Amino acid sequence: MSLLAGPAGPAAASGWGGDQQRVGFFTDTSICIGCKACEVACKEWNRNPVDGDLEILGSSYDNTGALGANTWRHVAFVEQGRERIEAAQESGRKLVGLGMPTVGPRPPRGQTPDGDLSGTDRTPPNTQEFRWLMSSDVCKHCTNAGCLDVCPTGAIFRSEFGSVVVQSDVCNGCGTCVAACPFGVIERRDDGTVSAKVERDEDVPHAGTANKCTLCYDRLVVGEQPACSATCPTQSIRFGEHDELVDSAEDRVRALHEQGMTEARLYGANPKDGVGGTGSVFLLLDEPEVYGLPPDPQVPTKELPQMYARVGIAAAGMLAATALAFLGGRR
Amino acid sequence: MSITPLDADRPPEGPRRRRRPGAGRTGRRRRSIDRLGSTDGGREQAVVEDITIDPYDSYYGRPVVKAPPWRAPIAVYLFLGGLAGGSGILATGARLTGRPVLRRTARLTALGALGVGTVALIEDLGRPERFLNMMRTLKISSPMSVGTWILGSFGAVSGVVGAIEVDRMTGERIPLGPLRPLVHGAETPAALAQAALGPLLASYTGALLGDTAVPTWAAGRKHLSALFVSSATLATGGAAMLTAPVSETRPARLLAVAGVAGDVASLHAMKASMHPLEAEPLETGRPGTMLRWAERLAVAGAVGTVLGGRHRAVAAVSGAALLAASALTRFGVLEAGLESVKDPRRVIEPQKARLAARRDAGITDDSITTVG
Repeated sequence: MSLLAGPAGPAAASGWGGDQQRVGFFTDTSICIGCKACEVACKEWNRNPVDGDLEILGSSYDNTGALGANTWRHVAFVEQGRERIEAAQESGRKLVGLGMPTVGPRPPRGQTPDGDLSGTDRTPPNTQEFRWLMSSDVCKHCTNAGCLDVCPTGAIFRSEFGSVVVQSDVCNGCGTCVAACPFGVIERRDDGTVSAKVERDEDVPHAGTANKCTLCYDRLVVGEQPACSATCPTQSIRFGEHDELVDSAEDRVRALHEQGMTEARLYGANPKDGVGGTGSVFLLLDEPEVYGLPPDPQVPTKELPQMYARVGIAAAGMLAATALAFLGGRR
Repeated sequence: MSITPLDADRPPEGPRRRRRPGAGRTGRRRRSIDRLGSTDGGREQAVVEDITIDPYDSYYGRPVVKAPPWRAPIAVYLFLGGLAGGSGILATGARLTGRPVLRRTARLTALGALGVGTVALIEDLGRPERFLNMMRTLKISSPMSVGTWILGSFGAVSGVVGAIEVDRMTGERIPLGPLRPLVHGAETPAALAQAALGPLLASYTGALLGDTAVPTWAAGRKHLSALFVSSATLATGGAAMLTAPVSETRPARLLAVAGVAGDVASLHAMKASMHPLEAEPLETGRPGTMLRWAERLAVAGAVGTVLGGRHRAVAAVSGAALLAASALTRFGVLEAGLESVKDPRRVIEPQKARLAARRDAGITDDSITTVG
C-alpha cells in the first residue's frame, strides 16, 4: 500500500529495496517556449492514438486541451496582461511570507544593477504589459498515488524507479483510478475518446484500459531518459534523480525571486503535501489553478480508514435496524 | 496597447469583457474555427483580445479532475447491490422468525438482484472479458477490490440458499444427487453468512464513491455509506411488500419506514456538510430533479406503508414507490458526481478554502505550492 511510503521513498516502500534512486521530471515553465516537441515525442514513442477531432479550441495555442488516455504530455498556454502579472507576483511574494526562506529586495525592473555584471542573469524579463505562460503538464507520479491505491486488479504498480505504471494487459478498465487521481491525469481509453473524425488505418492499442504517462518505463529499463525530456530543446523538461532535481528547482526559484520574478513558485516539491510530494516537480509562474492544476490536491485514500469505519458503522446500523424490525414486528 | 504602426489600420476593437469576481460561469468556451476571425493576417489580433473573456481562476474552464467512466449500469448496480444485501438480511430474519413466504421471496430477490447487478457491473468495464482479474489480488487500499470480494462471497452464499429455495419450490427437482443433504445442511451457516455480508455489500459502495477526487462524492465521504444503507433498507422493505403477503411483512414495513427516515436525514446531513459548490450538483439539474423525486417517492411510500400497509394492493404500490425512490437516489448521487467535475470551480474553490483555513490555523508546511 503506497500510503505507507516512508522516507526511503515510494519504490523502497513498495518492496524494491533502497538501492534504486527515485527519478522524475523537473519542468521549469519559466524557460518553456511552447514548441510542443514533448507532446509529439511522447505520442510517437508511446504510439498513442490521435485525441479528439482536430478542433481548434480557442485557448491560445493550446489545441490539445488536457491530459488524457492518449495525451500524456500537454502544453498549456495562458495569455496574461499587466493586472494578472502583478497579482501573480503578489501571490508568489505571499508564499515567501509563510515562513519560507526569505529573499532579497526586489530590484526595480529595467534598471541596471550596479557593479560587476558578469554573474548577472541576462534572461530578458517578461514585459510588464503582456506575458505568455507555457507549461508542459504530465503525470505527477505521486509519492502516495491515488490511482495505484484504488486499482482493484493490481494492474497499476510502483516501478523500481519510483514511477507509477499501468500494465495494460492486466487492466480490465473498471475506471476506479480515473476518479481517484486528484490531478485528472489517468483516463480510460474508450471508443468515444479515440474515434476521431479523421479516419486512420491503425488499430488503437490497449482499448478499454486505463492509460497514462509511464515515465517511459520501457526507455528507463534500458538506461535511456524519457522521450519528452530527451527532446525538449530548452531543457524546460529535465529528467534525473528526484532529490537532485528538487534541489536545483529550489535554487532556480530562489534565483528567480532575486531577479524580481516573485511570481515563481514550485509545485509538488513538498513531501508534506496531500500526495506526499510528486515525482514530477514544476516551477510555475502563477497560481496552480491558472495552469489547470489543483491548488490543494489530497490523495483520497488518506481518509480511507475513516471511510471504512463509516462503512462498518452503517452496516452495523442496517443489521441492527433489521433485527429491531423483526423484534418490533412480533406482535 | 499599440505595438506596431500597422495597428492604426486595424478596425476598432470592441470593449474588453472581463468577468466580475463572483459572477456566474461564463458561457461556451469552445469556439468553432469560423468564429476565430478571418484568415487574413491583419485581423488575427482579435484572437488574442477575445481570450480575456476567460477568467484566470481556472484553465479555460476545463475540468481539473476527471469523472470515472461510469454510466447507468453502475447506478443500477448500486441500487441492486443494496437491494440484494438488504434482502439477504431480511431472508435470514424471516427464516429465524418462521416466515416462510417472506424468506423465499427475499432470498430470490437477493439472488436475482445480485445476478443482474453483477452483470451490470461487468458490462460497464472497459474490458468485460477480464472481469476475473478483479480476483487476482485483494487490496485493502482499494474499496473496489474489497467490494468485489464482498460481492463474490455474498454471491456464493446467496447461491446456496437460493438453490435450496428453488429446490424446495420445485419439489427437489434440482439434480443435486447425493449432494442434497450436504447443500441443505449448509442452509443455516449460509443464511447467517448472508446476513453478515449483506450489510457490507450495501454499505461499501459509500467508500467506493467517497474514495475519489470527484468533488461531490469526496465531500460526501462521511455520509455516503449511511445514505446508501438507508436507501438499501427502504428498497428491501419495498421489495418485500411487493412480493410477500401482508401477513408476513410487518417487519419489512417497519424496516421500510426506518429506511425512509434514515435516507431523508442522511441526504440532508450530507448536503449540509458540503461546500455550497460541492452540494450544488445534488440540488440542481437532472441529478437534483432525480433526488427530489426520490425523496417524494420515499416519503409517499412511507406514508402508504404506515396508513395502508396491511392492505395488499396499497402495500404493493408503496413497495414499488420505495424501490423507485432507491433507484432514483443511486442514479442521482452517481450523476451528481459525474456532473460535479465539469465545473473546475467545484474542485478549485473548496481546495483554496481548505488551504486558506489551514494557513489561518497556522499550518503552513503542507501546501503543494512552495517557494525555495
